[in-house]
Amino acid sequence: MKKQLLTLGTLLVVGTSVVAAQQINAAGATFPAVIYQKWFDEYHKLHPNVQVNYQAIGSGGGIAQLTSGTVDFGASDMPMKDEQISKLKVPALHFPTVLGGVVPTYNIPGVSQTLKFTPETLAGIYLGEIKTWGDDRLKKDNPGVKFPNNEIVVVHRSDASGTTFVWTDYLSKVSPDWKSKVGSNTSVSWPVGLGGKGNEGVAGLVKQTPNSIGYVELIYAVQNSMPYGEVRNAAGKFVKADFTTVSDAAAGAAANMPKDFRVSITNAPGKNAYPISTFTWLLIPTQFSDANKANAIKAFLQWMLADGQKYATTLSYAPLPKPVVQKELQQIAMVK
Amino acid sequence: MATEAIVVTKAIRAKTQTGDTVARLVVLSFAASVLVVTVLLVRQLWVASEATRHAAGLSFLWSTSWNPVTDEYGALPFIYGTVVSSVIALLISVPLGLGAAVFLSELAPARISSSLTFLIELLAAIPSVIYGLLALFTIVPLMRVFGEPFLKSVLGFLPLFQGPAFGVGMLTAGIVLAVMTIPFIISVSRESLLAVPREQREAALALGATQWESTWQVVIPYAKLGISGSIFLGLARALGETMAVTMVIGNAPKIAASLFAPGYTIAAGIADQFSEATGRLYQSALVELGLVLFCLTIVINGLARLMIIATTRKGSRRP
Repeated sequence: MKKQLLTLGTLLVVGTSVVAAQQINAAGATFPAVIYQKWFDEYHKLHPNVQVNYQAIGSGGGIAQLTSGTVDFGASDMPMKDEQISKLKVPALHFPTVLGGVVPTYNIPGVSQTLKFTPETLAGIYLGEIKTWGDDRLKKDNPGVKFPNNEIVVVHRSDASGTTFVWTDYLSKVSPDWKSKVGSNTSVSWPVGLGGKGNEGVAGLVKQTPNSIGYVELIYAVQNSMPYGEVRNAAGKFVKADFTTVSDAAAGAAANMPKDFRVSITNAPGKNAYPISTFTWLLIPTQFSDANKANAIKAFLQWMLADGQKYATTLSYAPLPKPVVQKELQQIAMVK
Repeated sequence: MATEAIVVTKAIRAKTQTGDTVARLVVLSFAASVLVVTVLLVRQLWVASEATRHAAGLSFLWSTSWNPVTDEYGALPFIYGTVVSSVIALLISVPLGLGAAVFLSELAPARISSSLTFLIELLAAIPSVIYGLLALFTIVPLMRVFGEPFLKSVLGFLPLFQGPAFGVGMLTAGIVLAVMTIPFIISVSRESLLAVPREQREAALALGATQWESTWQVVIPYAKLGISGSIFLGLARALGETMAVTMVIGNAPKIAASLFAPGYTIAAGIADQFSEATGRLYQSALVELGLVLFCLTIVINGLARLMIIATTRKGSRRP
């Protein structure tokens, strides 16, 4: 009996050490959580000994966990600020993974067309200066649309989020009034409006409340079949958000991409660029104590930049443009 | 023989005395552990909110700005929202709950009373998130389409009922909280009313009182302690309610005169913002909100106790 137990025990120990499963922990942004889960699942099927456990606790949470060292890498919808980077014990690299767009979605009784919004009208609505749908400024950009003269119900996010950061970052760039009165952050002091929790909360409130306007990730508007408007970009063209226009925004910014990939691509140059687009990043430390873990992560990053991008459009994310992918492949070498 | 008996008894007594002492210590430690947990909780709240306490001091309590961009935080809109939504909830749930409790204890036949009570106690056990979802899909549209326009047309001259009807807002949050506190009020009040001795009712009726007079002037004052307890239980739930409120209150940290306007409560604010709050000052401001809620609860409970002491001393209980 004892001999059998001993053999069994040895076999188990040998067995597990042979497999040498690589367990990697990550946490962060909620927006790309769907595609990250898909990637980690697919990668695990190809490399059964690599298991990544991703918790979508929010960009802020991801950065906090990376700083305290409880996760191996983080994910964030917005680039880390300098003061956050200074708190890291091991410097981290930003790897853009996919692109997303933030769209203005609305629910106006009697209006089924796609509305056109200029930066001025969006800023005016969210500052509370444009109060009714019958305002002349909206009518001017949308001739032929019968607006009811009802009060606009503005909806925003009540929780801190990367989506809010992108939206307010865009408004700060196009409206000096917005920049001085409100500013840009994951959570701001909104002049007007109701707060919904999460993209789902905002989408839900807009769907339920007539005469409302809110901002959500492109994916949510598409999946909930909600109407969303075109926005005028820096080149002066009214562009509707979809995979190509969002990727164009990144391509437009690729030329001037900083080396650390910490860039905001809102209001990007480019004829067909959608102005309210954003990268989402993986935050990978430059140094790992476990060489196997470092190699596993590097291999994953290379797979993600090549085969992983193919999964993007089926899950309603925009893939990275080629010039950005090339630059990122070079950055992988910096992970030790 | 007698000395043997004394020795044996002494031995047994010694054993049972040690047993008693041990039992006393164990039970004392359980009670003390509650105290210890509370003290640790307050200490943690105090320590984690240090950054904002240093930066803003007492002005945190009356400042109305909540700006993560400029790092200026003030608790007044949250305190206002918490208090106002709870008051609305009590104003609705106390008459309804007490009335239902009176019906169930005094007027209903026993079988109906017990089955209804069972259903009501089931309601008290439903998780608050479900109430929130229910409210979002039923109460909010009803308020937006019927309730708020009706109130505006009838009582629109009051600043309380002016402004656009969103559906979500302070009034809807108060109504949802009322729905959640009514089961508590009904079940505990009913128990206290049933505990009133029959002699009291019979004496009142024998003296010529009507059934309503005997209920209102004899039975209810007798059960006042239990009824107040149920109200404060309901109030405690309303003050701390998080998920149901955050779905229907509109989540805007502003103080507005109108009940139709969106607002914010402390619990909803913390739940919404804490997980993604980056920045030491932001996080410590949210923790300080928690500390404020803790103190608010203590103050309200203290006032409640004082009120009970004052009213019972007046001699409304039996001599």
